[in-house]
Amino acid sequence: MDLSIFLIQCLNSLQYGLLLFLVAMGLTLIFGIMGVINLAHGSFYMIGAYMAYALSPIVANAFGGGFFSVLVVGLVLAVILGYFLEWAFFSFLYDRDHLQQVLMTYGLILVFEELRSLLVGDDVHGVQPPDFLAGVIPLGDVMTYPVYRLFISAVCLLLALGMYYIFTRTRLGMMIRAGSTNREMVQSLGIDIKLLYRIVFAAGVALAAFAGMISAPVSTVYPGMGSQVLIICFVVVVIGGIGSIRGAFLAAMLIGFVDTFGKVLLPEAAGVLVYVLMALILLWKPDGLFKTS
Amino acid sequence: MPHSELLVEAHDLHAWYGSSHVLQGIDFKIGRGETVGLLGRNGMGKSTLIRTLLGHIKQRDGHITVRGKDMSKAKPHEVARMGIAYVPEGRGVFPNLSVRENLIMAARRGLDGRNDWPYERILETFPRLQERIGNMGNQLSGGEQQMLSIGRALMTHPDLIILDEATEGLAPLIVEEIWRVIATIRASGIATLIVDRNYHKVLANSDRALVLQKGQVVMSGTAKTIEQSDELTGYLGV
Ligand SMILES: Nc1ncnc2c1ncn2[C@@H]1O[C@H](COP(=O)(O)OP(=O)(O)O)[C@@H](O)[C@H]1O
Ligand SMILES: [Mg+2]
Repeated sequence: MDLSIFLIQCLNSLQYGLLLFLVAMGLTLIFGIMGVINLAHGSFYMIGAYMAYALSPIVANAFGGGFFSVLVVGLVLAVILGYFLEWAFFSFLYDRDHLQQVLMTYGLILVFEELRSLLVGDDVHGVQPPDFLAGVIPLGDVMTYPVYRLFISAVCLLLALGMYYIFTRTRLGMMIRAGSTNREMVQSLGIDIKLLYRIVFAAGVALAAFAGMISAPVSTVYPGMGSQVLIICFVVVVIGGIGSIRGAFLAAMLIGFVDTFGKVLLPEAAGVLVYVLMALILLWKPDGLFKTS
Repeated sequence: MPHSELLVEAHDLHAWYGSSHVLQGIDFKIGRGETVGLLGRNGMGKSTLIRTLLGHIKQRDGHITVRGKDMSKAKPHEVARMGIAYVPEGRGVFPNLSVRENLIMAARRGLDGRNDWPYERILETFPRLQERIGNMGNQLSGGEQQMLSIGRALMTHPDLIILDEATEGLAPLIVEEIWRVIATIRASGIATLIVDRNYHKVLANSDRALVLQKGQVVMSGTAKTIEQSDELTGYLGV
């Protein structure tokens, strides 16, 4: 493999890993802190991608368009959706057993897919990156790399750092971490745990939807994209250790590289490589890379 | 005691765990700056009374007012926000937060804007915590966890601190230190509700006391009269 191809694959791995991390972060937090297995998490990614597609003409009419306006409007809608879903459905799941959680969130997947089908149909769509990010930069003498992919990596990295900062340095982050170990004590300190959960959930939905929106121009928008992401994100969460943000980051990067390079070096086995990776890591560390309490 | 001076007043409290009727009609009150001792053998309902007052027990009945406001149906965080802090049995230190984070996560001013227990004063009061400031909650000894739990309660600038078995399982020297801290807290004008095995210590540090037996109040009065009563040792099984 020559150097510029290697570099391109590294950049692709990075971009894929960071994107996975954004989605998996919400999944691992919702599981680790509220104890809810959320099968519908992949749907938020799908909803984001479809928003990127469907909102652009609407936003163009209302605000004169623009890629960033679509991102902002989509993000606001995702937060609202997260708040609503937590209030209407997920807040009833915290004390239930996993089977009930799986049943309800699976039901939600069906609802979301049906709604998507009714609202925007079942076709595959493409989304154009904004003009000023549509170019390529040269890599070596013959190869080039799309600017938009670099943009995705940069934005995801900024978001990941921002979330890490909130989680580790702010009082909100401390409350969230505390809530994962002793709910009663958190409440006894005067903190509204339900509000805390709602914030975490809405943030998780917003991150997944944002990942879907921002990746739409490189991945195309298609029915079933949610389930695909969900499965790989569960692999991330399990490898990383349930509830661990650091673990999710490491696992997402690992999968980003293994999957991307697997497709180049071992195309016959590419589909199973990440699962082999998961099995090996679980044999070595049954609780994942970072075990949380 | 004038009504406005009452912090917490509860009337005819009942609580259940499933079908077992654990509190059976308890009246309770505590005033501003007052220290009340809560005595009774193991399993008589002391912790349950506390957790009912704090809104943690869902299956409850009766009337609770805090500062004259009806809190019978309030959620735990609403009760806490009325100026009541809780140092629970088992300490409730967050194992995955550092000592510093345990302290500052819930810091807030008192309802009257009071800020006389800032972070620095907590660390002066508990030098041991200062030494362990970067350690995680689960790396602390029992005594250090207890100090952290009390320090964290103080950071919320409460008007009442409830201490449930604060000296349990601690070495005698640490127990002495905890009692010293409790005296400091009392002296700073914060009301306290104390549960402890050592009833002599409780009564020596309280204005009033009540004794629970099987979910009912069997004795109540000033600490002095309770101490001198002949029935006390019978109720406590000592
Ligand atoms: N979570 C619980 N579930 C069921 N029963 C409980 C629970 N907690 C306490 N009890 C029972 O309630 C009674 C009162 O317990 P508790 O309030 O903890 O007593 P104390 O604090 O005075 O030792 C005991 O009989 C105890 O076994
Ligand atoms: Mg008890």
